[in-house]
Amino acid sequence: MFKDVTFGQYYPADSIVHKLDARVKLLLTLLYVVGIFFVKSYFGFMLTAVLLVAIVLVAKLPMASVLKSVRGILLLVLITALINLFMIKDGEVLVQWKIFVITKTGVHTTIKMVLRLVLLISGASLLALTTTPVELADGLESLMSPLALVKIPVRDIAMIMSIALRFIPTLFEETNKIVAAQKARGASFDSGSIFARVKALIPVLIPLFVNSFRRADELAFAMDARCYNATDKRTKMKKATFKFSDFVACLTVLSFFTLILLERYYFPKIGINIDYMIFGGLL
Amino acid sequence: MQAVQIKNLSYSYSKKTPNEKLALDNIDLTIEEGSFVAIIGETGSGKSTLLQHLNGLIKPQDKKRSCVVINGMSATDKKSLRRLRFEVGMVFQYPEYQLFADTVEKDIAFGPKNMKLDPDEVSQRVKRAMSVVGLDYDEFAQRSPFDLSGGEKRRVAIAGVIAMQPKILVLDEPVAGLDPTGRSELLSLVKKLQKEISPTVILVSHNMDDVAALADRVIALKDGKIVADGTPKQVFSDRRLTKAIGLDVPTAARICDMLAERGVSLPRDIITMDELKSALLALLSKDAPLNADQPLPNIPIPNDGGAADV
Repeated sequence: MFKDVTFGQYYPADSIVHKLDARVKLLLTLLYVVGIFFVKSYFGFMLTAVLLVAIVLVAKLPMASVLKSVRGILLLVLITALINLFMIKDGEVLVQWKIFVITKTGVHTTIKMVLRLVLLISGASLLALTTTPVELADGLESLMSPLALVKIPVRDIAMIMSIALRFIPTLFEETNKIVAAQKARGASFDSGSIFARVKALIPVLIPLFVNSFRRADELAFAMDARCYNATDKRTKMKKATFKFSDFVACLTVLSFFTLILLERYYFPKIGINIDYMIFGGLL
Repeated sequence: MQAVQIKNLSYSYSKKTPNEKLALDNIDLTIEEGSFVAIIGETGSGKSTLLQHLNGLIKPQDKKRSCVVINGMSATDKKSLRRLRFEVGMVFQYPEYQLFADTVEKDIAFGPKNMKLDPDEVSQRVKRAMSVVGLDYDEFAQRSPFDLSGGEKRRVAIAGVIAMQPKILVLDEPVAGLDPTGRSELLSLVKKLQKEISPTVILVSHNMDDVAALADRVIALKDGKIVADGTPKQVFSDRRLTKAIGLDVPTAARICDMLAERGVSLPRDIITMDELKSALLALLSKDAPLNADQPLPNIPIPNDGGAADV
């Protein structure tokens, strides 16, 4: 039952995208996410999809790995779609049956909402697919470092984050081991009532907690033994540097963002409607 | 009767991803009831994967080609799965990390309770299991397993498995992390368990001395394949084989080799310290006049890892 839980979707590959500075990837992902919320036209969604596919190709990722992350939110997408489809009552009525009304505006909003969610999650998953959790934590630490000025313990937060990330696979492995051991003693986790199933988890959770506290103790000793926090400033073994490829990546996403903004705010003013030019009367 | 029958068993982890790793490669294996089998091999050679097939914790990936039959029950059959798990007692590495109950008694009773035995039978089995592993019922039953020493915790964990009275007992490195006294006590306990409760024992060990002393059959795994299979004498005395597959040999056999290099020839099938002792004594009594005449040659002991272990 626990083997389907995957954390850290990191997909190892030798690509430019993988080697980008984690800070750059974090910021560009943020920009991409913000950009998607400015998209209102089908052209904009096409543009986003092209960018996404291009990144996937350059990152040498299989398309399936990106789609896998979408599978997780499928239910959310479905519910959102249904609510939008039936709740929007303005515009030209297409179908009417008893209290159920589907309008043209409803159909358009639904399609766009689905596209937005799917592109949003796939785009965000690219970050996790191409960046190791440790790189991510380091990147976040570096980005948050200005907060140290207002007495926020950024370095400790970053250390807590990397330790948490580091131990997630260990905890999963440990959980699997304990589950195996209790199963070997005849425990069953997938039969009986909900109450029985929750109760069946006790023999797994207690050893898991006990072992985690033990491990945390050992880790604290080990860190103390190596003089953690004895000096003010810790240096980094791997220093991230801004490379030419980072510059290209920034340029690409920035031009995408600009294009999205232009298409939404400037083109209508000068009378260009790309959606109409592509789809014509279809809409 | 055959306790374990495995045919064409292969298994890979993370199938169809870039991290795919073949853990078992076409394993064929039968284990007779009543035998003490030691499985040896480096970390990652597939031992644990093989063990977990024995009680259906891992199911064969290729259901058509592979077959795993335990005491006449197929490990792929969902209906007999629970019964199978009670017949194969599995003691994992560091089993004390799986203790969970607030008293020793409750923890040991977990398995028998899952077997849906009646309360009298359960408490009887708990008492028997505790006495077999050498934990006094009155002293330990009501204590919390988390307050015990490492060796005691491990005994509790093993008692929890044998309270189910499995026909086959599987132990994955049961002595790892124990002190010398704990080790020898636990190993004699395993021998006792075989006599009293579980006639078939399968033991994973990295210690060749233990393997030589306990097992009547050794199976060596490497890269998911069985590379050696036979009595400890057969496997360890074939030095060409042990070298070829990078297998450690028991200390006694290593001492024999070192003595042979210095001109003392002993039978090459010596694998335990007791055998070595009697062979040396026999040799000494034969050569007694020679040794009385001249002092023993001063043999420098090579300063390598092997000698340090001796």
